[in-house]
Amino acid sequence: MSGLDINTELVERIVVGFLKSEAGKFGFGRCVLGVSGGIDSAVAAAIAARAYGPENVLGVMMPFRTSNPESEAHAREVIDRLGIQSRKVEISQMADGYLDQETIEDPTRRGNVMARCRMIVLYDLSVEWKGLVIGTSNKTELLLGYSTQFGDSASALNPIGDLYKHQVYQLARHFDLPDSVIDKAPSADLVAGQTDEDDLGFTYEEADKLLVRMIEDRLSEAELIEEGFEPGFIQSVAHRIALNQYKRLPPIIAKLGNRTINHDFRYLRSWGH
Amino acid sequence: MDCRVALAQIDPTLGNLHANLDLHLAQADEAAARGADMLLFPEMSLTGYFLKDQVADVARSLGEANEIEELAKRSKDLSLGVGFVERDRDGRLYNAYAFLEDGEIKSVHRKVHLVTYGMFEESRDIAPGDAFVPFDSKHGRVGVLVCEDMWHISSGYIHFLNGVDALLIPSASPGRGVTETDGEMRSARVWNTMLEAASLWFQTWVVYVNRVGVEDGITFGGGSRVIDPDGRTPAKLDILEVGMADARMTSEALQRARLATPLRRDEKPWLVSRAIMTAESRSAIEVLKREAQRKPEPQS
Repeated sequence: MSGLDINTELVERIVVGFLKSEAGKFGFGRCVLGVSGGIDSAVAAAIAARAYGPENVLGVMMPFRTSNPESEAHAREVIDRLGIQSRKVEISQMADGYLDQETIEDPTRRGNVMARCRMIVLYDLSVEWKGLVIGTSNKTELLLGYSTQFGDSASALNPIGDLYKHQVYQLARHFDLPDSVIDKAPSADLVAGQTDEDDLGFTYEEADKLLVRMIEDRLSEAELIEEGFEPGFIQSVAHRIALNQYKRLPPIIAKLGNRTINHDFRYLRSWGH
Repeated sequence: MDCRVALAQIDPTLGNLHANLDLHLAQADEAAARGADMLLFPEMSLTGYFLKDQVADVARSLGEANEIEELAKRSKDLSLGVGFVERDRDGRLYNAYAFLEDGEIKSVHRKVHLVTYGMFEESRDIAPGDAFVPFDSKHGRVGVLVCEDMWHISSGYIHFLNGVDALLIPSASPGRGVTETDGEMRSARVWNTMLEAASLWFQTWVVYVNRVGVEDGITFGGGSRVIDPDGRTPAKLDILEVGMADARMTSEALQRARLATPLRRDEKPWLVSRAIMTAESRSAIEVLKREAQRKPEPQS
């Protein structure tokens, strides 16, 4: 696809080097990540396995009682294909503990609670496993805000956060991941039968085509319309991107002093290492 | 000129001058073992690149006992090009490149064209240099262009007019652009095109030394290389990986290229001079015209 197709060999070299280098600065050579049975976590796991060696990657399956059983089967296929370590942690009890107590029925709230329970598990296991949490959010969903803040979007290192969904698919084929994972409809699997594309109201392919011209190439709305994108679609995507900027940034700190964190107290993470 | 130049494609540690000094000295030993006469390091090789608030902490003044002096001592039989942050007496900080030779600081170039766009914010912390001055190394006349300096054709042109034998181009260029149809990284393709063009336009040896490694998610591209005055590449390093390469730079290659196509002889710098003067005068005239057309303020 024009402007979207990546050189997968090159991307593999860069993101594998990124994981090795960034973790190495802090003395880490292992990692932990959630493996959902979806394509994003499969690709992130494949990159991590190449960076740290499969024996140093802990893939965690975290089903909720309403999760599609197929998801776990697909997750196991990914784990077996990559030869990484694995662990299953049911989140039903911990999630229900809160959901039942507060009688939460709103699917958005329930989905967020599940995503944050998984975050709690991963960050806890990262201590036991002595490995950093690897992020599995792609650029399309980060831009559209199709993620839970401090939930699935939480990580120490994200190797696929600058890759659109289309590019994640390319990498999945490059890494020879199972067809069952590549061919199925993407789903957050928070409720039965849910698909991302139904939730969003458009397909990832449509979104990626627009995003690459809007974000990478910085085309104006008029230029995008001239290229054939529907004005309503452009506006709704642009609105989503702007609305969800807060999810992509650290919390806002009220400036009072001369050197305020994230405003004018500026250091990289490896400062002093 | 008959000089074996070595390229140190390194991954310095951000803000850790002690570790980076050791790395430089180890690289010097390796280059000496290869029989090199000159060893070049990338831009800001002693400090790392995305320093942000660390810039002032890692800045070094010339003439004081510091890492630059340590490296100068190592330059008795191996000329060294080293990137660092220079603190001037007035407190200004520069993205600087020291050329060390015969135990002394032979020359320091302060990067003129700072990058302050996209992911870069050099001008926020760094003052710009104001000149491109070639110098005579014992290996020949050389001119230094630090990374973005190279992107302005006037920089290389000034060195061309001054008859340099080699352009030394240290860089800390992030590798980016992974959707090229020919499979190359966009940044690497663009650099290689410019470097080859510079060698042909300016009929000089071109030595490009880019760093590798990752700083907060940004991966530096590497791909360091030596290009001869005929646009060929006798030595190059892979993208993204630490490494060392070397090549012999000779006067004969310069003479052959300049004899075959005498560009410097036939160059007419006064055309450039006149065009600049004309353009400057024209813009001055435009300003005057606009002033004249401006309606007078109503009297109250």
